[in-house]
Amino acid sequence: MDTSEKDIEKLKDYKYGFTTDIENIKAPKGLNEDVIKFISNIKKEPQWMLDFRLKAFERLKLLKEPNWQKPKYPKIDYQDLYYYSAPKSMKDKPKSLDELDPKLLETYKKLGIPLQEQARLNGIAVDAVFDSVSVATTFKGELTKHGIIFCSMSEAIQKHPNLVKKYLGTVIPVTDHFFATLNSAVFTDGSFVYIPEGIKCPMELSTYFRINASETGQFERTLIIADKGSYVSYLEGCTAPMRDENQLHAANVELIALDDAEIKYSTVQNWYPGDENGKGGIYNFVTKRGLCRGKNSKISWTQVETGSAITWKYPSCILKGDNSIGEFYSIAITNNHQKADTGTKMIHLGKNTKSKIISKGISAGFSDMTYRGLVDVNSKAKNSSNYTQCDSLLMGNKCGAHTVPYIKNKNFDSNIAHEATTSKISEEQLHYCQQRGLNSEEAVGLIVNGFCKEVLQQLPMEFAVEAQKLVGISLEGSVG
Amino acid sequence: MIEQLQLDFDKIIKTLNISEKEIQLKKSFLRKFIKNGFPNRKQEDWKFLDISQIIKKNIGDLSFFNDYSLPNKIDTSIFVDGLEHNKIIFINGRIEKIDFNYEDQNQIEINDETGKNIIFDTKNSLIDLNNAFTNKVFKILVKKNYSFKKPLIIYHSTNDKIRSKNINLSLNFELEENSCLRLIDYFSDNADKNFVNILYNFNLKKYSILKNYKLDKFRNNNLKYSFNNIEQDDNSISETFILSAGSDYLKNEVNCNLNGEYSSAFINGVLSLKENQQHEIRSTINHLVENTKSYQLIKSVLGKNSKSAYQGRIFVDSKAQKTDGYQLSKAILLDETSEFNAKPELEIYADDVKCSHGSASGSLNEESIFYLMSRGLNYQQSKELLINGFLLDVVEKITDPEIRNLIKNIIGLKE
Repeated sequence: MDTSEKDIEKLKDYKYGFTTDIENIKAPKGLNEDVIKFISNIKKEPQWMLDFRLKAFERLKLLKEPNWQKPKYPKIDYQDLYYYSAPKSMKDKPKSLDELDPKLLETYKKLGIPLQEQARLNGIAVDAVFDSVSVATTFKGELTKHGIIFCSMSEAIQKHPNLVKKYLGTVIPVTDHFFATLNSAVFTDGSFVYIPEGIKCPMELSTYFRINASETGQFERTLIIADKGSYVSYLEGCTAPMRDENQLHAANVELIALDDAEIKYSTVQNWYPGDENGKGGIYNFVTKRGLCRGKNSKISWTQVETGSAITWKYPSCILKGDNSIGEFYSIAITNNHQKADTGTKMIHLGKNTKSKIISKGISAGFSDMTYRGLVDVNSKAKNSSNYTQCDSLLMGNKCGAHTVPYIKNKNFDSNIAHEATTSKISEEQLHYCQQRGLNSEEAVGLIVNGFCKEVLQQLPMEFAVEAQKLVGISLEGSVG
Repeated sequence: MIEQLQLDFDKIIKTLNISEKEIQLKKSFLRKFIKNGFPNRKQEDWKFLDISQIIKKNIGDLSFFNDYSLPNKIDTSIFVDGLEHNKIIFINGRIEKIDFNYEDQNQIEINDETGKNIIFDTKNSLIDLNNAFTNKVFKILVKKNYSFKKPLIIYHSTNDKIRSKNINLSLNFELEENSCLRLIDYFSDNADKNFVNILYNFNLKKYSILKNYKLDKFRNNNLKYSFNNIEQDDNSISETFILSAGSDYLKNEVNCNLNGEYSSAFINGVLSLKENQQHEIRSTINHLVENTKSYQLIKSVLGKNSKSAYQGRIFVDSKAQKTDGYQLSKAILLDETSEFNAKPELEIYADDVKCSHGSASGSLNEESIFYLMSRGLNYQQSKELLINGFLLDVVEKITDPEIRNLIKNIIGLKE
């Protein structure tokens, strides 16, 4: 087989595995104060933003990379990475979609992002992030009518500095762990959402992230604020081209829900997982944290994790307001040599707080999957409750499935219940499906979808269909 | 502390009659312990209860040398009534008496194995401490096809002559093919503020059965650590029951390696804690071959300012298909100052397995109390009845009827 044929073979496996030839502006390699100033400067940031970054960088120097996680990885040379990369044609920002580089648009088309007309049909407002710069934001008009701010982080820093200043870093402080602090120092772009008091966002907001340039890390930062009595549902999807080297993705996502507000955050993560021998792929080390600051607020995380060579993240909820609710629904699938260490943290601080965790892990091939979670009920969190269920499904005896829950109950009024099971697809189930005319792969797909049903039904319509397909694709070739 | 350790170690070596090679081995354990010190919360296995801090707070400075040249008087009033049994008596860590009168002496061997330490592949510095400082290690061997007629009770008692001491003791057991041993560890303390470190090593051959009951019932101010290592061959069974209620601090650790097919391990535990007590059970079950089984049930009742922790780990090797592993921990918190921590862990590398765990914690069910009160019980009685029922569930798991009744009497549970 010659190389081009091989490439085509490869492309079949990972349909998002193309790169786009666009000239990039890159910051010089390495991590130092000059690079941070370069990033800040090119984005025309105000002084306070630069101070924020430098403070984080000072802190970063004192921090060590954590190493308690299950999947180990070769040491990352942080001086050998590009921390900023932007398509050149973006230097002068286009004012409308028509002005966009046609190559960019084509990329998004391949990705299947519902930009332009597609967007209108699907009723989704998209803020697409290409490497480090937000490309275009659709449906702005409709959103502005309601007073909703949905823009890129860089734009928010320019146009809504007061909001950003007030909330940025309040959930994930610059003094947090290594990767979060790294992000605070060098983050490039991301999404910013503000829903004003009493507004129910009329459509699902969506961002599509994509890492394109090689040897870059993507450090995006997302901040969502739901003011009193508001509601927003936010979708995030991720893909990356195929490359042999590992790429680092260390994003920070902060959610803040004030009194009676609700945020629903859904992720479909399909970064390039590396080839079947475990070469290449994304290191997905993301910090996601939500703060239920007000009374009766609610934050709900839903994630479908099928990609990345290593996934290492724990979307968490801090339930500070009385009667607040935190939810976490997760499907994590690992195949071949993928590794995942994911789960959630539910920190109960307020009275009558409730949380629910449903986690489904599926491992196949040579992969390794760990659910790690913390439920911590503080002594002041009277009458709180938590329910946790984590189920694992194993396919073959070369893979591993692990469950590591931490349970801390310091309040005698509160109830915590935890359940976990590990099993395989039974012969009877397979036999039953095959009897009815499904081949073994379809049968497995069906059973796995059933296994994940509780999580899939939490996803918004458009996502649910895609996620279901993704579940099937990820497990292709793992049976038989 | 390092100076004290070195000083006390030299004193102990002088009293021991062991070879130069064995002394060197002991020295290497001492060096390892000096390097690592007492475990603290930075270590994952000690995350919930930090023994290093607790020793500092409850005892202060420890001394590690105990003068074992003179015998202690045996207080017969501590003996268990109503059950004929064999005895090994430890007083302040000194073996005072070994009495196997009920058994066929030809079927049991007792050998002095002092100095012949069995080295575990572990990062636990308390085992190093034990290996360095134990002055006497016996190995009890139960021969092929022999079952103990009566249970063996090991009395761990302290008298008021010691304070702020570290006591280390260690025993090895070997159960040959098709043999059976019922073993009760019975703690009774008159001394205050000592740290007792116990290490048992069991080797279970084919078809052998070990039942170990650890009873720490009477309130005392000592800190205790107990480690059981159990190696199991084909078709062997181990049953461990832990009653954790007496000491200020007690951590029971059980490491069980299921090396033979159709072997099974059972661990049941009751933690009944009152003011300021901090107890923990940590278990590791390693399923290493096909068709092995493990079952664990741990229940805690937590009073004022008390804290309990359960860390259970089930490991399933990729060879260990058809494993059946189960783990359940429950806790009732009686006071707003009580605290329950759990870390039930599954680490699984084989696909054809049945493994599950559960954990639940909360307060007593008000509705049940109301139900009982409407039937004429007062609040206190209703509460006690509910707690009794909650704990009885674990005691009922004990397979030996004689010992089950004994333990029910000791705990004061009525059916």
